[in-house]
Amino acid sequence: MPVSDPISDLVGLAAFIIIITGAAFLAGRYVAAVFGGNIHLPFLVRMENSLYRFLGTSPENEETWKGYARDMLLFNAIGFCVLFFILLAQGFLPANPQHFPGFSAVHALNIAISFVTNTNWQVYSGEAAASYLTQVAGLTVQNFLSAATGLCIAIALMRGLTRELTGTVGNFWVDMTRAILYILFPLAVIASVVLLSQGVIQNFDPSFTMAGYGGAAPQTIATGPVSSQEAIKLLGTNGGGFFNANSAHPFENPTPFSNIFEVFLILLIPAALPFTFGRMSGNMRQGWAIFAAMLILFVAAFGVLYAAELGGNPVLTSLDVPGISMEGKEVRFGLTGTVLFSTSTTAVACGAVNAMFDSFTPIGGLVPMFLILLGEVVYGGIGSGFATMIAFIVIAVFIAGLMIGRTPEYLSKKIGIFEMKMALIVILVPGILVLVFTGIALVTKGGTAGIFNPGPHGLSEIVYAFASMANNNGSAFAGLNAAATFYSLSGVIIMAIGRFIPAVAILALAGSVAEKKAVPSGQGTLPTATITFVLWLIAVILIIGALTFFPLFAMGPLAEQLALAGGF
Amino acid sequence: MRLKRPLQTATLLFVVLFLVSGVIYPLLVTGIGDLAFSSQAHGSLVRDRNGTVIGSMLIGLDFEGPYYFQGRPSATPGNPYNAGLSGGSNLGPSNPVLAERVNQTISALGRQGISGPWPGDLVTASASGLDPHITLEAALAQVPAVAEARGMNKEEVRALVLSEVEGRQFPFNPEYVNVLSLNRALDGEG
Repeated sequence: MPVSDPISDLVGLAAFIIIITGAAFLAGRYVAAVFGGNIHLPFLVRMENSLYRFLGTSPENEETWKGYARDMLLFNAIGFCVLFFILLAQGFLPANPQHFPGFSAVHALNIAISFVTNTNWQVYSGEAAASYLTQVAGLTVQNFLSAATGLCIAIALMRGLTRELTGTVGNFWVDMTRAILYILFPLAVIASVVLLSQGVIQNFDPSFTMAGYGGAAPQTIATGPVSSQEAIKLLGTNGGGFFNANSAHPFENPTPFSNIFEVFLILLIPAALPFTFGRMSGNMRQGWAIFAAMLILFVAAFGVLYAAELGGNPVLTSLDVPGISMEGKEVRFGLTGTVLFSTSTTAVACGAVNAMFDSFTPIGGLVPMFLILLGEVVYGGIGSGFATMIAFIVIAVFIAGLMIGRTPEYLSKKIGIFEMKMALIVILVPGILVLVFTGIALVTKGGTAGIFNPGPHGLSEIVYAFASMANNNGSAFAGLNAAATFYSLSGVIIMAIGRFIPAVAILALAGSVAEKKAVPSGQGTLPTATITFVLWLIAVILIIGALTFFPLFAMGPLAEQLALAGGF
Repeated sequence: MRLKRPLQTATLLFVVLFLVSGVIYPLLVTGIGDLAFSSQAHGSLVRDRNGTVIGSMLIGLDFEGPYYFQGRPSATPGNPYNAGLSGGSNLGPSNPVLAERVNQTISALGRQGISGPWPGDLVTASASGLDPHITLEAALAQVPAVAEARGMNKEEVRALVLSEVEGRQFPFNPEYVNVLSLNRALDGEG
């Protein structure tokens, strides 16, 4: 029985896409109802209202984009401080049966920023460095809060786009509460239980020794509260694993079913947001248009990655090891399960992995890198991907307007200079970070010392690292020595800028369009819910992504692929 | 001061959401796990007749052939199948170290009388370094060597392998066997 069978793989993929589309459609409507304040369960509403009284706020108390941004930044600053403290003081805190010492200041800084920004780039090996308290009260909390923050920003943007003549975009405290209470918390509990049923562990036992069998040596095994962390790490598109091997570890992802279920969790909320937007704008076609653009890019990326890995590694084939290269892959997922997970985790800004990208074929490794560098607009990180997609739409509408002489407008709102500036900040900031820091890494000792694999592959490792951090993904070509001071400290700057500058720009964009009057569409309007526009949008995304990064792709993965194929 | 009031609200909300997501949530899931999925929650452990924990159904062991079926090479730090620190080799496809390591594994298999073409999973390191499974192909390739080492009938061993096949939850997953489970069946245990 071969490891892969393209025809049945294709059928499986099609079935999965139908299921995820249906689920995302329903979830999108639900999310719209939650943030519209249209969930009327008496018990929960009473609880919500007394919480707002306790906080001294109420849903009617809406804010301008500046107030919303201020609240968001303050709230995240508190989260950062608490997590930073937990990481430093871990050695003195309870629930630490392995007696792990506290993290160094540099690593604590990196980890705290990493989890607050929804990146979950990991400079540590979870099972060998983080206590149960750190995993549960430190990292899991930020998995919830950073995901909810991203969701709030996307919702504020949707409000801005669908309102007119108002200065307000919502109440951050209320949005935050609803994101956790109605969406992330219940979904995470259900997902945890499903994962438990498959064999994902959940306990506070200290690590223990197993006796071994038939000559196989005894093993000391790491254990802990994994299921609760796993569920929210995927749902919240965070991606930071409990174990070093992340979702490749059998305790995080034990069966073929748990694998597909985890992919489902990664995609669910990001894929739901276009439908939420359609619902909120009262025009589902707009939502479908965005979803279609994302889906086309997703299927294309899946296809390229699948084909690249199906081709195998010529080096291994020449040693009489036919078929796909299984280095860095797990048997139980099969090729499709591996490719589907890898495509999803980088299309969405999740960053969990079930295989080691460093060991993929060069083109196979290029696909996740490319998806991240496009700004993770294919579904995208919870909230942030949708927002980046809107920024691309603004630019697509503007360029099209210039080309055919029509007024640039989107959803009856005129796109002006300010909106263009904000959209460009959202799109260009991560790219500039990647290019500048890759340059610095290549000419400094600290940068090149971290490389693990020789040749063009080493460049791929560096580019991938900065792409992953600047776009808040968190996956890695894990051979790179991420724990080195150069990468830890540069990562702090990159992750913080890559998250919060675009976030504030998105809120500014939201505030600016909320103030505008909607102009009825007329002869000069460019329709944005058509197939033509969807294709145009995809072209704009690919052109910007390709132009920015093509030289790096050529010197890294493409050069390696040519060398491999040529037998060098 | 415009920051004082939002800072106060932010602190209060953080405390509430910290309790919900960092205390109530993990404890609730732990409680459900203990009640409904106790065996899974504690690691799907395998015990021998005396009740000693010998391993986990989900964590591979470092078996040596040909008396036992062997699992995949493991690149975990320290020693192979280090269940305390998971991870793959991260060797790139063009890294000469990868080709060299695969070659060594192939030679070792050859010395045990297993011949090529070699199933990919049997000569490469998994992502976790703890992969408990090998493909059906990789198990069948070992059948003649194991049968000879044990003085058993090849067909008998082959039938045992086929009775251990799992992994048909989805049409696009390969058939595979759990190495620990297969080896225990070989010994007439479990």
